[in-house]
Amino acid sequence: MNGQIALMLGQDGMTSGAIYALLALSIILVFSVTRILLVPQGEFVTFSALTMAAMQSGRPVRLGVLVFGLALVALAMDIVAERQRHRRWTVPRTSLALAAHGLFVVGLGLSVPFDHLGLLVQIGFALLTVVPLGPLIYRVFFQPIASAPSLVLLMVAIAVHVALIGGGLLIFGPEGARTEPFSDSVVQLGPAIIASQTLWVIGVSAALTVALWLFFETSLWGKALRAAAFNRLGAELVGISPVFAGRTSMTLAALIGAVSGIVVAPITTIYYDSGFLISLKGFVGAIIGAMSSYPVAALGALMVGQAESFSTFWASSYKEIIVFTLLLPVLLWRSLRQPSVGDDE
Amino acid sequence: MTTSTPLLQVSKLSVAHSDIEAVSEVDLTVGEGQIVTVIGPNGAGKTTLLSALIGLLPSRGTISVDGEMIERPEIDRMIARGLSLVPETRALFGPMTVEDNLVLGAFRRRRDAGFDRAKALDDVYARFPRLWERRRQAAETLSGGEQQMLALGRALIGRPRLLMLDEPSLGLAPLLVRELFRMIEGLRAAGVSILLVEQNARAALRVADYAYVLELGRVGLEGPADVLAGDPRVISAYLGRGADATRGTSFATRHEIPAR
Repeated sequence: MNGQIALMLGQDGMTSGAIYALLALSIILVFSVTRILLVPQGEFVTFSALTMAAMQSGRPVRLGVLVFGLALVALAMDIVAERQRHRRWTVPRTSLALAAHGLFVVGLGLSVPFDHLGLLVQIGFALLTVVPLGPLIYRVFFQPIASAPSLVLLMVAIAVHVALIGGGLLIFGPEGARTEPFSDSVVQLGPAIIASQTLWVIGVSAALTVALWLFFETSLWGKALRAAAFNRLGAELVGISPVFAGRTSMTLAALIGAVSGIVVAPITTIYYDSGFLISLKGFVGAIIGAMSSYPVAALGALMVGQAESFSTFWASSYKEIIVFTLLLPVLLWRSLRQPSVGDDE
Repeated sequence: MTTSTPLLQVSKLSVAHSDIEAVSEVDLTVGEGQIVTVIGPNGAGKTTLLSALIGLLPSRGTISVDGEMIERPEIDRMIARGLSLVPETRALFGPMTVEDNLVLGAFRRRRDAGFDRAKALDDVYARFPRLWERRRQAAETLSGGEQQMLALGRALIGRPRLLMLDEPSLGLAPLLVRELFRMIEGLRAAGVSILLVEQNARAALRVADYAYVLELGRVGLEGPADVLAGDPRVISAYLGRGADATRGTSFATRHEIPAR
């Protein structure tokens, strides 16, 4: 290995690390607010990447069908819930709006030739299609069991993940896809040659992290979400409903995943089932941050990116093993530092 | 006691935890501007009663606020009606600053155009100057007494009609307990109605206008607080020398109290 290669590997590691860091933040956010370990986090990444690829290759965007289908189920569940609560038939406006939105993305996705439209339009449509999946998945699968033991939530999360992978295979097919880079230019930075897409990934991740930080630190809604994570009873008593908190955190998770998918799609080939490994690496970062510290998790995720990149060079067939083996010393260290605690149930 | 519609009227309220009835057929009234206390031994169902009133637990019976019956008492509705609960655990947002805790206390008022958040915050700081000094500090770094102040402040900032306090004196040093009860009296003077659940019966009866004794989920005795403080059974069970609030004897029959 020489300096040139090390720089290249470092750059690669930085790029994937930035994405893992975002996913780690998102996993911690959802976990601390809802106790759900968001195994399907990676599906938001693959779905948005594959949606972008479908648009660019001139194929219809069929993901809208899933959005619409889930929205219809959510609508039915809301109507029944309202009926049980108030003993009268009403149609809740938010779920009706989501269903209408689902119909809208189905219609546009199947009819508009997105390959002739600009990148920004494609990105906008990918976000419009993928982000609603967050609140919809929460409504349909998690809201009815919000107070179930963590283990039940975990099992449902795994089931949702498996179902979404199956859905992904049906919707996008088994082929992998890669999208066009945002621009082809290359930046010379001292001895390093950096592809502009790498800068896009790092820049977008950094911007999104700062935006999230501002949201949580300064806005009332962001503070309300943090409050719900710190003390659920306290949050309920001041009028922050757990449903609101769960739905919002899942929306943010879907947004983070979708944006990640859009920026990495030009540098990695994404398959319908790539989400699991991607989010698992974000999860390693989250574990390093003890599922609670955002900065430590981000740092851990960046380290995961580097470890992955360098082990690709030295022992490429073992790279996943090396990355996940990293967890062992971290877990050991954590278990030695923390006094044993009982189950949270 | 005013003759107008009471702020809170509860009748035949029962709460069941799985099979066991933790609160059964409780009638309770809180008038505007009153301090009403519910005393009783550990496990009498006091906390369960408050949880049902704020809508955290499902209950049977009727709950009326301002004379209007609340059909399904769920927490968002009860909060919207102006009920506010400070739980025994205080349920603060530990890692967040004192000021953020207070600001979130007014979360339900976020769409209320007539609500001046800055003014409400100033009012809380005026009432609890210590919180102003500590406003940038994380809530979890405060002392026990300060945390109780913060919990009160967070409940008060949204200008509730009825403040429900669950064992506010728990874990506080005697000097702080005295200060706390002075604060509670100060709140009544400012027009806040209070439903106070306490094991410290002596202090509670001293500040309250009206009192209920809850035992095994039922109201054993009730009456004006000063009358109850002189009742020999209350004295022997809760106030007398050696009386331990955690070890009250049960009254077999409900005691007839003259009409208020």
